[in-house]
Amino acid sequence: MTTAPGTGTSHHSPSSTRTPTRTRALAGVGALVRFGLRRDRVRLPVWILALFAGTLATAGNYRTLYADPEDRASIATTMNSPAGLAMTGPRHYLDDYTFGAMLGHQMLGFTAVLVGLMSVLTVTRHTRAEEETGRAELVRSTAVGRHAHLAAALIVAALANLALALLLALGLSGLGVGSVDTGGSLLYGFAHAAVGLVFAGTAAVTVQITAHARGASGMALAVIGAAYVLRAAGDAGGDGGDALSWLSPIGWAQRTYAYVDDRVWPLLLCLALAVLTAAAGFALSTRRDVGAGLRAARLGNAAASGALSRPLGFALRLHRGMLLGFGAGLLLMGAMYGSILGDAEDMLKNIEQIQEAIEEIGGATVAESFASIVMIVISVVAAVYAVMAALRPRSEETAGRAEPLLATGLSRARWAGSHLAVATAGGTALLLAAGIGFGASGAASTGDGALFGKLTVAALAYAPALWVTSGLTLALFGWFPRAVAAAWIVPVYAFVVGYLGQLLQFPDWMNNLSPFGHIPRLPAAEFDWTPPVLLTLLAAGLVWLGLAGFRRRDLETK
Amino acid sequence: MTKAISIAGLHKSFGRTRALDGLDLGVETGEVHGFLGPNGAGKSTTIRVLLGLLRADSGAARMLGKDPWHDAVELHRRLAYVPGDVELWPGLTGGEAIDLLSRLRGGGRALDKRRRDELIERFDLDPTKKGRAYSKGNRQKVAIVAALASDAELLLLDEPTAGLDPLMEVVFQDVIFEAKAAGKTVLLSSHILAQVEKLCDRVSIIRLGRTVQSGTLSEMRHLTRTTIEAETERPATGLDALPGVHDVRTEEGGRVRFAVDGAHLDGAVRALTGFGIRSLVSHPPTLEELMLRHYGDELASNAANAANAANSGSRGGRGEAR
Repeated sequence: MTTAPGTGTSHHSPSSTRTPTRTRALAGVGALVRFGLRRDRVRLPVWILALFAGTLATAGNYRTLYADPEDRASIATTMNSPAGLAMTGPRHYLDDYTFGAMLGHQMLGFTAVLVGLMSVLTVTRHTRAEEETGRAELVRSTAVGRHAHLAAALIVAALANLALALLLALGLSGLGVGSVDTGGSLLYGFAHAAVGLVFAGTAAVTVQITAHARGASGMALAVIGAAYVLRAAGDAGGDGGDALSWLSPIGWAQRTYAYVDDRVWPLLLCLALAVLTAAAGFALSTRRDVGAGLRAARLGNAAASGALSRPLGFALRLHRGMLLGFGAGLLLMGAMYGSILGDAEDMLKNIEQIQEAIEEIGGATVAESFASIVMIVISVVAAVYAVMAALRPRSEETAGRAEPLLATGLSRARWAGSHLAVATAGGTALLLAAGIGFGASGAASTGDGALFGKLTVAALAYAPALWVTSGLTLALFGWFPRAVAAAWIVPVYAFVVGYLGQLLQFPDWMNNLSPFGHIPRLPAAEFDWTPPVLLTLLAAGLVWLGLAGFRRRDLETK
Repeated sequence: MTKAISIAGLHKSFGRTRALDGLDLGVETGEVHGFLGPNGAGKSTTIRVLLGLLRADSGAARMLGKDPWHDAVELHRRLAYVPGDVELWPGLTGGEAIDLLSRLRGGGRALDKRRRDELIERFDLDPTKKGRAYSKGNRQKVAIVAALASDAELLLLDEPTAGLDPLMEVVFQDVIFEAKAAGKTVLLSSHILAQVEKLCDRVSIIRLGRTVQSGTLSEMRHLTRTTIEAETERPATGLDALPGVHDVRTEEGGRVRFAVDGAHLDGAVRALTGFGIRSLVSHPPTLEELMLRHYGDELASNAANAANAANSGSRGGRGEAR
């Protein structure tokens, strides 16, 4: 910025010398906000309405599922375990488990992740993605200030969060459920917005760091993941041991205890962090060039290595960064869950009643039943990778980078197949990494060495479901390339059914629709060869179908 | 000579858009064939059909004696392609991209490293930069080097020099001459008419997915008007009445200009002789004029409100301006 020396520090300088600089940096922000809202006129309402409808439907479900106070007391007892708390929220909600408390306990942490996702994708889409495509350069050449893009993106994200907050407050308080009162509903709604703002601010920082929209949203999503894992690990520790949760904005939002204590001040922490991260984003943006990241571009090899010139080696090179990122993330995630496994067992050994309840669910030990729930989360994260990696051929195609390769001696099947090979093998390697992390730290925290092998195998058992996910993505790519994003339904559905389904008691057929629903729930359940074999055959069929479709269609060119 | 490429009655639609509407194209082995047409005429679509990237709706296409769709991979080992809009992998260096494309094309054959390095040198390309750091022109160079470092017998070049500076344009022309001398066949789609005039043996002009004219430049010129500019001792009169003469304009000092159809050139010059020629300049039709002859009506309808410019008059004007 071209602030004259001294004007920034002098508090007494007349406003006329400060205002122009600031307005210049933000010039055009109004037009960009309107433009952003116009571009997102379908996307954001879909996000907001889906989150709103999901919450309202859940609140409605509670009334039918837990009509009697005894039902609520019994679910509260079930929840009062490290596994239950890690999946939901802080223990304090359980003291008086009303419908409102259930909502705050079970839904808030979960929807907060999705609100974070919405905010991150919105900010990235209107900042880094614009720069990466070169559109920002065109816009910036007009009378638009240097901070206008980021400011407009943050405003659009904030408006979306605000709309969601108000909608939730109105909708929930209008439900007419006794414990879901107006004050609590307002707080509940704004807790979502506060978390959304924090992650919008996070994205404002990550889009400065890397020159790629994909990398920027990946980094911000990793922060959301870390925030969720921190609160899960903290909450599993029960009332006194939740220090880790206080490191997480999602943990803060849950500690408003909406519908229980109605505390507002944890949201102020969120707002402070949101302002701080956004300010950091603005500050960092002045330290880099338009279109560039904070790290300077480095030179590389003048010639390709032998491995790079083979299709598989080349695909691996393209996927390398994302694969390593997911691998490190899953290893850490597994290790984190593993570290609370020992506490989980100690805590529950003393409570006979729960011990019985969990044995009824089918777990050999408390630790094992907890582990089988963690496996669902791990496999869904790996499935996110499986979809992203299998979508790569499509993004290469639309970017015009497939065309020169497919004009060489490389056949279409080998090209798409090499990407798929990396997606499937990479996904399997991710499961292995998570299983090893979980197993090693779980074995250490429980003192049960056998757990290492058990947990690693349990994670690997999900591999056939990942292959089906990648295979389905490829089949869409082959036959309906424009609808390929529909592949995201698989991990989202697997998460909703596998995770929320346990809380909300979905019918069996809903579970059976997901490839992940057929995997034996190791280590708690017995292993059965049939489902993995059938899933593997299904995956092979989908791959064959996808390649056949891709071979006969037009390549989409720019 | 055998045909390297023969296309007859090719059709291709994208939804309701007709990209190719009965296109014909013949390229002889060993020739440099210019492929001309305005944006959206179907040049890139044709080349992509030849590459087996797009599947034609109907019509026949043969390349090097094979079917471009069914024998795509086999054909790709024998050809090299430069797209008009080169996209590179942001994390790969230019050198890596060149090696990757060359080796994938080669089908096991070793890359001619000496040739590659020589071309990198001649095109003044830094092969250590990452794809994201290259300008459009440099991305184009990467694709050109990758294509020309190969020993492909057929080169499909889709506006290969868009974005190159004039110095590089000269290097490109040299390299194409070398390729031709080495017996390679080149299909060159281009907007740069000077490039086509210099490099190409034969030219096909397409419009709205259809071939409107095909042949050598001299053949085409014969079918088109030559502009004559002459100074005569006595004012030249009665030229308007001669067959095939158009746009006669008499200037002060006995100068006259007119355009004459190739078939009537002889008669027009004979008539001029009768007035005592002092000086005579004849402009063969430029490729631009050949193009404008086919697209002129389109341009005219676009500029219908430019009232004073009668269609033929504006053509003559353009010719003189050169």
